[in-house]
Amino acid sequence: MSTSNYDPRILKAPHPVPGAPDNWKRFFSFNTDAKVIGIQYIVSALFFLLVGGLLAMVIRGELITPPADLVDPTVYNGLNTMHGTVMLFLFLFPILNGFNNLLIPTMIGAPDMAFPKLNAAAFWLVPVFATILMASFFVPGGPASSGWWSYPPMSLQNPLGRFINGEMLWITAVALSGISSIFGAINFVTTIIRMRAPGMGFFRMPIYVWTAWAAQTIQLLALPVLTGGAIMLLFDLSFGTTFYRPEGGGDPVLYQHFFWFYSHPAVYVLVLPIFGIFSEIFPVYSRKPLFGYKVVALASFAITALSLIVWVHHMFYSGTPQWMRNLFMVTTMLIAVPTGIKVFAWIGTLWRGKLRLSTPMLFCLGGLFNFIFAGITGIMLATVPIDVHVGNTYFVVAHFHYVIFNTICFGVFAGIYHWFPKFTGRMYYEGLGKIHFVLTFIGATLNFLPLHWAGLLGMPRRVASYDPEFAIWNVIASIGAFILGVASIPFILNMISSWARGPKAPPNPWKAIGLEWLLPSPPPAENFEDDIPTVINGPYGYGLNKPLVEDEEYYIKRAQEA
Amino acid sequence: MTITNPEIPLNHTPGHIKHDGHNLTGFIIFLCSESIIFLAFFTGYAVLKLTSPEWLPQGVNGLELKMPLINTIVLVSSSFVAYIAERYLHKSNLWGFRIAWLLTMIMGSYFVYGQYIEWSELAFGLDSGVFGGTFYLLTGFHGLHVITGILLMGLMLVRSFLPGNYEKGEMGVTSVSLFWHFVDVIWIILFILIYIWQ
Repeated sequence: MSTSNYDPRILKAPHPVPGAPDNWKRFFSFNTDAKVIGIQYIVSALFFLLVGGLLAMVIRGELITPPADLVDPTVYNGLNTMHGTVMLFLFLFPILNGFNNLLIPTMIGAPDMAFPKLNAAAFWLVPVFATILMASFFVPGGPASSGWWSYPPMSLQNPLGRFINGEMLWITAVALSGISSIFGAINFVTTIIRMRAPGMGFFRMPIYVWTAWAAQTIQLLALPVLTGGAIMLLFDLSFGTTFYRPEGGGDPVLYQHFFWFYSHPAVYVLVLPIFGIFSEIFPVYSRKPLFGYKVVALASFAITALSLIVWVHHMFYSGTPQWMRNLFMVTTMLIAVPTGIKVFAWIGTLWRGKLRLSTPMLFCLGGLFNFIFAGITGIMLATVPIDVHVGNTYFVVAHFHYVIFNTICFGVFAGIYHWFPKFTGRMYYEGLGKIHFVLTFIGATLNFLPLHWAGLLGMPRRVASYDPEFAIWNVIASIGAFILGVASIPFILNMISSWARGPKAPPNPWKAIGLEWLLPSPPPAENFEDDIPTVINGPYGYGLNKPLVEDEEYYIKRAQEA
Repeated sequence: MTITNPEIPLNHTPGHIKHDGHNLTGFIIFLCSESIIFLAFFTGYAVLKLTSPEWLPQGVNGLELKMPLINTIVLVSSSFVAYIAERYLHKSNLWGFRIAWLLTMIMGSYFVYGQYIEWSELAFGLDSGVFGGTFYLLTGFHGLHVITGILLMGLMLVRSFLPGNYEKGEMGVTSVSLFWHFVDVIWIILFILIYIWQ
């Protein structure tokens, strides 16, 4: 063997270790390694989960009694707006981009993303627009207060007449967030299309990659519409145009169309990767292949396609003509078909499996349970007669928190626990994880379930004070919210202590099947480097005794000895 | 530090994934996404025009057609000149490429100049109702793209003087040329929407 020939058995040592907290300075630098960027995204997003959670605590503290006594109603409007904005643009989108960064290259066997510098630029926009958004708390007049929809004419009010005001900063931050998302989407889609391992055809990709692809396609096709609409809103607010001002011939409902054309599909951008996480985790902890792999994969793109033609269901009471209401009611209900297929597939996967109830599985099961519930209230809300009745009440708030917290966040936690050993090289503490799950499930249920009743009784959303007849539901909800706050303690403890001193993780602690589990924990900087395995079978071959890749034993040994 | 495991048998051919060469794919995806912003603006323009109770501001009768038509002809023909430049480069005729490429840039600059003259002669401003707002928003946003295109072409022109610049392919020139055709097509739609549909 001559030294000039490349020998893949000579493996560069995984140093610096991408996961472990040693050499922590690289997490604060313009690093182009997707695994560093992934952790940067996830950790900063979790920080903003705490910020958004703190705002939620104040909101629930205010709502524990009917009168507006804890904070001024004006301040409440600002807190309410910022809670939604922080949770969506600073927590959920960044954390899912974090997952994409960690999982897409490792799952398809790519050394890195297609455009590493663009990837780092997309991440470093997050602190920039986060700072702009947080700064709006300190400008005269306070932060944006027109709700996260920012509907005109409310969002166009600028009583102090200053050029730099909360709303203007809000629009700027959202626009920058959009640019960051588009950078990310271009990167993820290009990586998936062009950098798959040899032998990995589209129908051998793990479902997470399918769902991330479907979600990022939505970003590419729908997000620019909001960007366009937001530019016009900024012009109306700051440069004297009248696109949305009726007094100048403009149309405020036009903004609603722009906003929801993106912001409804945005929910699918968030939930599709969570469907991917469910589809990855259920087979591992039930020891069975995913039921109906191909249909589940294609259902992701069915959701993408349908998501682009449902947005008007948010505008049933915005002077929408009846034919349009009927049309969008039908398209919205159609979404239940591909999502129903997925739910059916997960239950089919669990059916007669050897279930192992560790933390990721518990979060997935809890998330699935809550998602079915959220799906039922979703179908209710899609129905025009019900929606015009409960629209803008707490029923809507309850529904979308069941989707966004009780499903998406549960999936996020499941994903964090499941892949924690892979990307940090350490095991987490199962006991703390289970405490986290139990507290989160109880807190979330107490918090969001009673709000359905408050909404059905007619309690309007976005108010600081309410009729005393709704008090009981709000007291229960606030107690639930505080339990959720407490639930973050075992989570934080677990993450920090496990990452610092947890037991060292083997390459494949869950006996999972997938390219990422053939890598050492944590994977070296370039994953498989120049020795990328050739995929010879589809994913999820649990109990089928078919190797995933050519020469699988070699890769397993290689990972163990690294 | 390296780890060697000579005792592990190796019975497969190791796979490789190229690091580069994705630029064109990424750029096409970007252009698709960018066209959606224009689609949003066009839709907004059409909706506002069809529903607004008073479309033209007082004292404005519409838009002059002559100057923009000349501009349109220049911009559309510049796309063909850019294509000729690409053909030259493909045949490794570097000077042919440079001259045609520079001609494209000059034609693009003439377009921006013409747009500037048109703007400065108009009787309405950005704040003259939805008509003024949409006009300046659409032409301004498109104009920004034209200026970006000219700057990118300038960059490609400078790089053509670097020795060995085209050894790895002509991805940069192909992308910029694609961008230029994109800007061109957007202008044709914009011209029909704003100037012809009055």
